[in-house]
Amino acid sequence: METKIVSKRFHIPESYKLEVAKKHGVYGSLEKLFTMTPDEVITAVEKSNLRGKGGGGASCGQKWRYMPLNDPRPAYLIVNADESEPGTFKDREVMDKDPHLLIEGIICSSYAMNIHTAYIYIRGEYKWLADRLNTAIDEAYEAGIIGETLMNGACDFKLDIVVHRGAGAYICGEKSALIESLEGKRGHPRLKPHQKECEWYFGDPATVNNVETIASVPEIVEFGYEAYTKHGTPKSPGTMLFALSGPVKNPGVYELAFGHKMIDVINTLGGGMKDGKKLKAVIPGGVSCPILTADEVNKAVLDYESMWDIGSTLGTGGMVIIDEDACMVEVAKNIIEFYHHESCGQCTPCREGTGWIDTILHKVIHQQGKLSDIDNISDVCGTLNGKTICVFAPAVADIIGSIVVKFRDEFETYILNNQGAEHE
Amino acid sequence: MKNFTLTPENQEKFEKISKRYPKIDSMMLPTLWLVQEQEGWISPEAMITVSELLNTTPIRVYEVVTFYTMYNTKPTGTHHIEVCKTTSCMLCGSKEIIAYLEETLEIKPGETSADGQFTLSVVECLGSCGGAPMLAFNGDYVENLTVDKVKTLLKESSNGN
Ligand SMILES: Cc1cc2nc3c(=O)[nH]c(=O)nc-3n(C[C@H](O)[C@H](O)[C@H](O)COP(=O)(O)O)c2cc1C
Ligand code: SF4
Ligand code: FES
Repeated sequence: METKIVSKRFHIPESYKLEVAKKHGVYGSLEKLFTMTPDEVITAVEKSNLRGKGGGGASCGQKWRYMPLNDPRPAYLIVNADESEPGTFKDREVMDKDPHLLIEGIICSSYAMNIHTAYIYIRGEYKWLADRLNTAIDEAYEAGIIGETLMNGACDFKLDIVVHRGAGAYICGEKSALIESLEGKRGHPRLKPHQKECEWYFGDPATVNNVETIASVPEIVEFGYEAYTKHGTPKSPGTMLFALSGPVKNPGVYELAFGHKMIDVINTLGGGMKDGKKLKAVIPGGVSCPILTADEVNKAVLDYESMWDIGSTLGTGGMVIIDEDACMVEVAKNIIEFYHHESCGQCTPCREGTGWIDTILHKVIHQQGKLSDIDNISDVCGTLNGKTICVFAPAVADIIGSIVVKFRDEFETYILNNQGAEHE
Repeated sequence: MKNFTLTPENQEKFEKISKRYPKIDSMMLPTLWLVQEQEGWISPEAMITVSELLNTTPIRVYEVVTFYTMYNTKPTGTHHIEVCKTTSCMLCGSKEIIAYLEETLEIKPGETSADGQFTLSVVECLGSCGGAPMLAFNGDYVENLTVDKVKTLLKESSNGN
């Protein structure tokens, strides 16, 4: 069932070591890369239809085109290794098992955009992965793979790679907040311009890409976009690292071509539900995506278009599996606590709205809920949508709103069964 | 107020890492990490020193320190336990783990045990949901927790390491 492109070396013992990874083909794309012009590389990535794996799913090649051409300013590649979306733990596999693939991807991407400095912004908690990356980068410098030239002078192109550790803030995964953080500030997302453009690091052009996106590039360079688009569906070609967590027998990260049925993935790779429990719901791509009921899960297909058709999104591909034992009021409370804690606080609807829903659900759980609270939650979700600097707030509206609508019966029963003495 | 200084080793690291960025401003997080690795936490005195190193004001440093959850603004116990409470971990039983820790260590999240051994924090998703429920013990991830596993962990760590 799996199609291993990014994960092709994951099973090899000690594949994080240069010597081992090299034996198994790492840096194999570079010979071909140096025969291509930067424009040809971008065109190949465009034609491969490689989409951003950080959750947004934007076309990678198109995004690279926003970098200004023949610009005298230095340009930067910023690799997003913040991996903070709950339910998501795939980038760590790349950094843990095949850090040289990420370096190879950084080389290809930097070459394509004429970038000479790349930063890997990694969440602070992944300390051991930052160490692993640093070891791999040191190996790459020593072997002459990066540095003043590429591959010991095979290409006269300077490239430095720097690992930068975050310090615990979900919002720093949002690309502009990430850059603010890299600039030494609080991670406050920036207002987006009306036109599409690149990002800016101290006023110089920058591109932010997810770890997995960058790790997908070498395959496209080495074997051509046709090899990549052979996998998946016509509109969602290629593969993605999907993750399963929650009460399934075999939680973990699995690389799949797009187009598999979600339920098959849960039942085969995931081994089905633990302890013979029934599946109740799935949050499909990190907790920011609208929830799917068991019926919807049976119909869901893992590609971008199918997930939109069913009223959700593919997100990061991190599926949170929920079984019959879970109480959806508690699930909603758990998720809103996360968002309440993580809101950066710049926008009133987000800062106050997340707190407000948290307060309402706290009341419900402490036996002081009223049936009207359900509509109140939906109303607050309405104030969150489309009125804020970043899409954090709309995501809250999506997930909380969808839980309240799809499991309304359960909320009603919960409230009626849990009304304490204070309630008249 | 006592002056805070980086150790010569850390000062050297500071200078080396600074070269990797186009502007000193980017050294904020890396410098705070050096301070925390040196002291275990970031004191007001250290914030003043950092502001001098980075050519900025103490309030700008304070602003950053208080935004990021991993920077400690007070000393922690010898061992810092951070238990994930987010969705996948909750669905797999983190509540039981947290309750066990609270009971055994006789502290609430955010507190340090009376003997100064353990600080307990309850945190949001650590990107380890496939190993839920999980915690970080002095930064190292311990996954697929059971109460027994936590019991052993506590025992081993109070026995002198
Ligand atoms: C609240 C929020 C959190 C995000 N967290 C992450 C993250 O942890 N990792 C990531 O790669 N992208 C994250 N993103 C998406 C980034 O903003 C950005 O779109 C992405 O890194 C671009 O890379 P890609 O096009 O290769 O996916 C987040 C977005 C938002 C709004
Ligand atoms: S929507 Fe929320 S997280 Fe995003 S900028 Fe506004 S307050 Fe910050
Ligand atoms: S939910 Fe606990 S590590 Fe992600």
